[in-house]
Amino acid sequence: MRIRKLYGAILVSVVGPTLMFAGTISGKVTYTGTPVKQKPIDMSKEPSCAKQHATPVTTETIVTGGNNTLENVVVYISAGADDANAPAQAVTFTQKGCQYIPHVIALHTGQELQVLNADQTSHNIHPLAKVNREWNKSQPPGSPAIQEKFDQPEFISVKCNIHPWMHGWFAVLKTNHVSISKDDGAFSLPDLPPGKYTITAWHEDYGTQTQDVTITGNETKSIDFSFKAKAY
Amino acid sequence: MNDLKRVHFFSAILTFVLAGFTLAQAQDAPDVGPHPPAPLKNMESHIGNITGHSKDAKGDYRRYCAGCHGDLGDGQGENTPWLDPKPRNFTLATFKCRSTLTGTLPTDEDLYNTIARGLTNSNMPIWNTFTKEQRANLVAYIKTFSPRWEKEKPGEPIKIPAEPPVTIESISHGKALFTKLECWKCHGPEGKGDGPSASTLTDSQDNPIRPYNFAAGGDDSRFKCGSTNADVYKIFITGLDGTPMPSFADVIQPNDAWDLVHFLRVLQVKRHSKENDVLKAAGGRIPPYVEKQAETPANQLENRAAGGGN
Repeated sequence: MRIRKLYGAILVSVVGPTLMFAGTISGKVTYTGTPVKQKPIDMSKEPSCAKQHATPVTTETIVTGGNNTLENVVVYISAGADDANAPAQAVTFTQKGCQYIPHVIALHTGQELQVLNADQTSHNIHPLAKVNREWNKSQPPGSPAIQEKFDQPEFISVKCNIHPWMHGWFAVLKTNHVSISKDDGAFSLPDLPPGKYTITAWHEDYGTQTQDVTITGNETKSIDFSFKAKAY
Repeated sequence: MNDLKRVHFFSAILTFVLAGFTLAQAQDAPDVGPHPPAPLKNMESHIGNITGHSKDAKGDYRRYCAGCHGDLGDGQGENTPWLDPKPRNFTLATFKCRSTLTGTLPTDEDLYNTIARGLTNSNMPIWNTFTKEQRANLVAYIKTFSPRWEKEKPGEPIKIPAEPPVTIESISHGKALFTKLECWKCHGPEGKGDGPSASTLTDSQDNPIRPYNFAAGGDDSRFKCGSTNADVYKIFITGLDGTPMPSFADVIQPNDAWDLVHFLRVLQVKRHSKENDVLKAAGGRIPPYVEKQAETPANQLENRAAGGGN
């Protein structure tokens, strides 16, 4: 009897999310107004990186697509879908051409972060954490991946002190329901059981916005976020 | 049981009324002078056989430390606007001088040594006027400013192997590492603190910060976190948290690290040292480093063909 119950529980927990919880929240992130022009980056002091870029590279504080879409916005469920467990696979953050690829990553608390150096120059990875512990590690070319974890939810600014233009973000969250907008501004949060959710959209310069959404069954709810571009 | 409940009930009401009364009084009281909140916790420190108590450091902290580090330990003392580098913000519990790995809390001894040593090239003086007990008490007091001291244990001190003898080969290898690990990007090819990235550096609070200039000082030159060869070893293995100086713990082997120490000493051109003596004896020239690989006939040949590497 007890075993049968256990089987039932396993069935629900394993098969359930894919069969039963088909709710999806998706939409688009856009901006209004005129975003500031991104500054060109002069990599001449680091020739091994400079030669990797055929076209000039700019800062990535604000990255936009056509039709006023906004890239690099972290859209996640900030209430209603806290996940206790971090996914087993690591999230990779690569230093290539003296840039961070991708510019923003999302991690669950306790999830493994893997930092790679694909360049022919040393980088130092310096997450300027305030809630989590701040660390700073050198990674010369050819070094193995740096593996780290963060215990507390926090948006952590990351920089390389050797190449001061390098700047990225670690979004450490309590949920696995997260989507980072691409150049079309689109995001999608699938596999949601029925319930009430708070969706937060975070942008490194434009701040955060939230919306409440209720999922009742097998449905796709569409919500959009619009950020007002800062004048400077 | 019922009686007990009644007692609880009345004591709750009493507490409530008293709390309200105190609150009202506090609001009426005029705001006179700085009145830092008492440390929330009684913290301890253990240095050798001395136990420090935070409660015994309150007077010393307010008299000697608060002017720069602030009553609240946030590095916002009344002198702060005029100081460069800025005083440490103890509420972050991020410390430069540690025997522990990057991202971990320092040991009590690390903090104790920093107080005793002071921080060169800054306004933090040598506090050797304090007794050992006073210093130990201050270490405990510093720990009242961040909850990290209650939640986390200090990191494990790194193990430093015995120093091998200084040779021209170790200096030569150290130089190769200085190039390979790109220490020169900030510290400059001659260690003068003038590397290509030097002028852009900021600390974690966004204040400009200069890389160490090895060539500047004479016999009295000190590093931020000590003056011995083991201190130099510790500095680049642990990194100076809160600054651009990263940890090299994962990328340098213990014996290689000693070779780097020997080379860094040679960059201190005006300081008498056994490293500079060895260099002088070798004719003042650092020979190019020949990579020691596993002795296979193939790479022996390669080394010879390359005319000694580098």
